[in-house]
Amino acid sequence: MTKHLIGHAPSRRSVLKGMGAGLVAASAFPGYTWAQSSAPIKLGFQLHRTGIGAAYGRWYERTAQAALKVLNDGGGINGRPVEIVFEDDATDPKRGAEVVEKLASQAGCDAIFGPLFSHVVIGSAPRAGELKIPYLVCSEGYHVASGMLNRWTLQPGITDVRAQVSSMAPWVMQNLGKKVTMVYPDYAFGYDHRDFFTEAVKAQGGEVIAQIAIPPTETSFTRYLPQIPAETEVLYHVMVGPAVLTFVKELGDFYGSGARPQIFGFIDSLEAVDTATPGLEFLEGTHFWEGHNRVKQADASEAETFYRAAVGVDDNGASVSDAKDVSTYAHMFSCWETLFIIKQGMEAAGYQGPADRQKFVEAIEAMTAFEAGNDHPQGAKMFNGKTHQVFGHQFISKVEGGKLIRVHQTAIEDGMYPDAVDYTTQSF
Amino acid sequence: MKVWILHVAVLLALLVLLLVLPAYHATNLARIMVLAVFAIGYNLAFGYTGLLSLGHALFFAAGVYGAALPVTYLGFAQLPALIAGLVAGAVMAGLTGLLALRTAGVSFMIVTLMFAQAGYLSLLYFGEVTGGDEGLVLPGAAGLIPGLSADAARTTIAYGLFALALIASLLLVRGRFGRTMVAMRENEERSRMLGYNPFAVKLAALVLSGLFAGASGAAYALLFGYAGASFATIQYSILPMLWVLMGGAGTVLGPLIGTAAMFYLVDIAGSYTTATLLFVGVALVLLILFAPRGILGTIRERWLPWLP
Repeated sequence: MTKHLIGHAPSRRSVLKGMGAGLVAASAFPGYTWAQSSAPIKLGFQLHRTGIGAAYGRWYERTAQAALKVLNDGGGINGRPVEIVFEDDATDPKRGAEVVEKLASQAGCDAIFGPLFSHVVIGSAPRAGELKIPYLVCSEGYHVASGMLNRWTLQPGITDVRAQVSSMAPWVMQNLGKKVTMVYPDYAFGYDHRDFFTEAVKAQGGEVIAQIAIPPTETSFTRYLPQIPAETEVLYHVMVGPAVLTFVKELGDFYGSGARPQIFGFIDSLEAVDTATPGLEFLEGTHFWEGHNRVKQADASEAETFYRAAVGVDDNGASVSDAKDVSTYAHMFSCWETLFIIKQGMEAAGYQGPADRQKFVEAIEAMTAFEAGNDHPQGAKMFNGKTHQVFGHQFISKVEGGKLIRVHQTAIEDGMYPDAVDYTTQSF
Repeated sequence: MKVWILHVAVLLALLVLLLVLPAYHATNLARIMVLAVFAIGYNLAFGYTGLLSLGHALFFAAGVYGAALPVTYLGFAQLPALIAGLVAGAVMAGLTGLLALRTAGVSFMIVTLMFAQAGYLSLLYFGEVTGGDEGLVLPGAAGLIPGLSADAARTTIAYGLFALALIASLLLVRGRFGRTMVAMRENEERSRMLGYNPFAVKLAALVLSGLFAGASGAAYALLFGYAGASFATIQYSILPMLWVLMGGAGTVLGPLIGTAAMFYLVDIAGSYTTATLLFVGVALVLLILFAPRGILGTIRERWLPWLP
């Protein structure tokens, strides 16, 4: 990323020469450079290295690096080696669009992948569409399948939140209770949970009896807890950021040692947080959604073991070099799997260079299923080329002795919903 | 005369740069020009009138949403939406000013900051309409000017807007009202004694400032196809202040220089380290120590006293 600093070339040339160079660079160069297909394939990674997504970004980078090593050791893509250019977007949508620009136009990447936070994805996708560069997001937002984005934006590596939420509702209804109170952050991420879980609960004959939205500036929750109706059977919580520790502690103080409802939460609250942290004892016996089991389960597959070792994660879900550095295990597999989908798509499209980007997108759209294995350690998945969204298994785990132990695995079909968009009818 | 030659030369140089720079830097320049309009607006309030506001994110976001909401819900074409955004910025600045200008100095900073925070939280609160933190996707620059590609249309509009803003601010600060604004900055009591109404002058300056901020926000949303509540966060109040401080408060070209310098400082530092804000901080400390009037302010002080 350091090759072309500002103004060097033009300042040394006359304006006319510069214009000529500009024209050549704009039109002719890509064709020549990319015709030679032994050059490395360059992928851009839009990384939340700083900002509120930094804990995720750290692990997304490690996972992508580990996957890259496996990919290159296995011969790369179409026999060509692969490089990843990581660029920090500060978890900011404005910077995100600039990073897409930088990776596409300056670094000359063939495709871009990796962003997680919805606002960054939504802020960047329009620019990726304009630049006509494939943009593969690892975001779990419903924004891809809702039809909000464009033909160049795909989410083949992780199930979206609408599918996650609706696939778990039946188990929650049958095993935990039918009267639900939801506590969620008062912004878009929370609304996806509110809307889709409420709908799914209704479909199962249950009822959401209270919805408690917590404003993003709140640091203490004691004044919200009395709003939880006494007849609540299940308390559904999803919180993001450091507030979750306070939330859990205050919830513990609120219920004391008396009776409490069943508690079901989203692991997003506790990604990169050790479940055995002092203050989180109240979580013992509660349930969580996990996109991928953080703690290595007794029946772990070979692929799971392979993936865990390659990324450098121990059996508890922490870094092998630092047991306090807990991973974002429920999400980061998406970087790994997306990279191998890029490989599969590029090989199916006979990808040579940026001129084949459209073929590459079409090749991914044509995919329907992914087998579980080293390329897909989280498990088998089904891909909907029309909505650009993948669907996979979801897991429900219970905290036992401070560890998350899986108690249920959903079927892939459990999360499916009617298509809201057909991107394949849109022009490139 | 040499003032006009200089500014026209700068505009011509920008045009040449837009034509010869590689695609990445040309688009960056388009971004910088749009954001420089925001900085020019901030400079009118802060650099010329002495109003240290921490609430300009509100006016910028008013522009962003003043343009984005009509496009999304009322089917506005993009150019009328740009005008709606600019008006929204000015109106928001007028309303804020009516209340906030009852205070001055530190209190003014705090009151404007509070308004901006209230604006940000309102955008989140009405998330169903505004898209909240996730935001709204807009049509983008394609088709803005028939026959031109998205990139060409974006660059043309960004350039046109910047040129207009630069010339307008030059005319303004060299005119009678500009001198009145400076009088408010230099000695409010004395100008009151001379018969000026400080409240009215400051309110007018703030409205103009909001108009520029609104135009910039609207253009940013429309040209880059995204509106979101993050544009209303505190950093969009701090950034124009930093751009103006770096370029030189109370200079016409300072906002452009400051915006460009800060943009590339972050862009280049980002290739080496995650601590990009440290680079920005160090640059500002050095600036305060060795060139407290900013880049152009220092040049004016030492070598070119005729710079506006």
